[in-house]
Amino acid sequence: MTAPVLSVNAVCKRYPGVQALDRVSLAVGMNEVVGLIGQNGSGKSTLLKILAGLVKPDEGSVLVRGRPFAGGFAAAASAGIGMVFQEQSLILNVTVAENILLGCEGEAVRYGFYDWPKLRALARRQLDKLGCDIPPEAITGTLSFAQRQMVELAKSIAVEDRVGGDPIILLDEPTSVLDADDIDTVLTQIERLRSHAAIIFVSHRLDEVLRVCDRVYVMTNGRCVAECNAKEANPAVLQQLMLGTQLIEEYQRDGRQACLVEEIRLSVRNLRCRTNYQDISFDLHPGEIVGFAGVEGSGRESLCRTIYGVEAPTGGEVLVDGREVRFRGPADAVALGIGYVPSERRVEGIVSGMSVRENMTLAHLDVVRRGGLIDLGRERSLVAQLMQRMNIKAPSPNTLAGQLSGGNQQKVVLAKCLISEQPRILILDHPLRGLDVGAKAEIFRQVRELAASGMGVLLIADTLEELIALSDTILVMRDGRITARFQASEHIPEPIEILEHMI
Amino acid sequence: MAELGHARVSPVGRRVARREVGASTIAATLRRNVLAWTPALALGVLCIAFSIADARFASLANIHTLASQAALPLILATGMTFIILQGSIDLSVEGVMAACSLTFALLVRNSRTGLDLGVLAIVAASLLGACFGVANGALITRLRVPSFMVTLGTWSITSGVAMLISGGQPPQIRDMAMRNWALGDSLGVPNLIVVAIVFLAVGYLLQTYTRFGRYSYIVGSSEDIARLSGVAVDRFKVLAFAFCGLSSGLAGALESARLGLGHVQIGANQMFLALTAVVIGGTSLSGGRGGVVQSMVGVLILTVLANGMIFVGVTPYLQTAVQGAIILLAVIAATWHLRGRLRVVK
Repeated sequence: MTAPVLSVNAVCKRYPGVQALDRVSLAVGMNEVVGLIGQNGSGKSTLLKILAGLVKPDEGSVLVRGRPFAGGFAAAASAGIGMVFQEQSLILNVTVAENILLGCEGEAVRYGFYDWPKLRALARRQLDKLGCDIPPEAITGTLSFAQRQMVELAKSIAVEDRVGGDPIILLDEPTSVLDADDIDTVLTQIERLRSHAAIIFVSHRLDEVLRVCDRVYVMTNGRCVAECNAKEANPAVLQQLMLGTQLIEEYQRDGRQACLVEEIRLSVRNLRCRTNYQDISFDLHPGEIVGFAGVEGSGRESLCRTIYGVEAPTGGEVLVDGREVRFRGPADAVALGIGYVPSERRVEGIVSGMSVRENMTLAHLDVVRRGGLIDLGRERSLVAQLMQRMNIKAPSPNTLAGQLSGGNQQKVVLAKCLISEQPRILILDHPLRGLDVGAKAEIFRQVRELAASGMGVLLIADTLEELIALSDTILVMRDGRITARFQASEHIPEPIEILEHMI
Repeated sequence: MAELGHARVSPVGRRVARREVGASTIAATLRRNVLAWTPALALGVLCIAFSIADARFASLANIHTLASQAALPLILATGMTFIILQGSIDLSVEGVMAACSLTFALLVRNSRTGLDLGVLAIVAASLLGACFGVANGALITRLRVPSFMVTLGTWSITSGVAMLISGGQPPQIRDMAMRNWALGDSLGVPNLIVVAIVFLAVGYLLQTYTRFGRYSYIVGSSEDIARLSGVAVDRFKVLAFAFCGLSSGLAGALESARLGLGHVQIGANQMFLALTAVVIGGTSLSGGRGGVVQSMVGVLILTVLANGMIFVGVTPYLQTAVQGAIILLAVIAATWHLRGRLRVVK
């Protein structure tokens, strides 16, 4: 390795109740791709935020090209540091060129006036570096998601023209929202970028990290616990390092529900909703986990939202305990004991500005109410019970939900559904999205326990492996119709069998 | 551009495609275009309907009337557009108009002071308006008070200033050249609508070719992203309020020249008109979408509506109510596609 372009020396950062970073040191050389892996809450994001100038470290120093880095957004930009955020940060109703050069239009804006041809040419230059043919004058909102991620990359490398040197690019899980083809494109671009950039790459997917990175740093609990050469590492070793002493729980389980109880909890008959899905029929028994497989647009999300009363069906019927129901909104569904764990945890699942306690009880205040008032004592004891049962790691019930790690937030969302007597139907929409291995295993175990206690569960999973591992019944959907059904008690399908019916 | 075909699926063992492209993208593009044209379409339908109901509606004389009625709302709506684009609101329009109207009346040849600044008085009144706007913007960005509350306050303050200057005796404007110009035509086109169209053109240039205009869209779409990208958001907010203040000042001065006096009530009802015109035209109240051309369409819809109702014979007592009902219908129609059980409306 040549002299490091970026070096982090014993950086510490404390948040109330959490030591986010504890004497972390790392170095990145020119033309080097460094991987940063760790469980949720291990401090990766905090470190990236410090490097992007958004957060100030409490102790320690950061050197960029040998000079101390002051922090602050402007300093990061002038030091040639560009960041691709986990959630896309593009303005959808302006052009691609404006997004790429936002805040650093340079000579394309003179005395406050835009020189559009020049702006486009500048943007074109950034896009060309990525070998990507998106027209710079296109309105960003008309692009596909993967194309937008390309625009994000182009935006992050645009800093190099400002500093006249090679940029340092921080990539915070740039692939977490892409499908396989697009992931491939992004990874190829990262490899191309290597020739004129130093890159820090954060991802949950170890195979990606091993593919593009030269070296990998492993973080646990705010510490850098290992540094290894990517060529010598393998996923199993890295997983062990990430988990520390934790063991990876085997996904496969034995003793599947061989014969289900006769009783039918939820019955869906010829349900359809506009063009989203047609003629959907299935039954859900108590204790059963029904998993839906399908690509985006197969209608499975829409179907689950209908059952939760968010979208109105255009035909067919839904029966709960044999009685037909027509929901006017989610409140009706909740009243019948249907719980929903949404896929957008931060947006739909938790209120990040409210405490863990408030989040848990907000949908079922009736449980903790006495007369017209909230019985705080009862609320506290109920929440304490659930926090213990769900193994929620939070400094106190009054911690803001937004400050928890992803896995703990998801447990809060689950707990929210459990606070009423007992939800009888639980809808899980991508419950494992964005969680690390340890948190996944824990949510896995809890979902199984919930089912075992007699709840009916509808599941949409991120990967086929997760779906297969959890479901008693798998329904495969394609273009709004059910194309195949698998009973795990008879035959546990391989991913390839399911895939055949999905596309 | 938009990617066609079905969502792709990963090889075995990898993840499943998540993002929906294809048919839905085309539908979305179509919907966007249809929506963008709805106000213009509505304007066309209104014009045709009124023309059929009464041939005099489409006469040259009436088009002349429409043009002079649309002039002031057009100026105000152009200024207001940038505010709404950024996701703020300016309720101080009427107060600023009043204060600038009186200032203007006292600067041209008038019944009270000995001053006679002529056209410079219009410039001075506009600049005064811009200053009020800067004050609005500074309060909002420095003290971080929502624009709704700040401008509600400055509305009152500027109205008070106007009353103080007026002292119960509206100054008469004695500059006959100015009055004749404000009421007159050039080549059969009302002078004021010419000013308004020039102002609109300036607005269009600002919106398309300047950092202020482009960043107004970006600030309105996502202030967070703008700040993260190092955009000096506050400066552009102040600029928007300054421009809106300028438009209020200009409108106040022009209306005074037309009426021949500086008056506290000069802006009565104008803020409501400007605001509804901007929204009906298709500039979203939540910011980031729309533009001055859309606002022009909004102004024309309101002007045609008010004018046409007289031809159709709606009793004057009902006209305000009918106008309100139609505005409600228009807004409901414009947001119909956004209905959803979980959509948050505040």
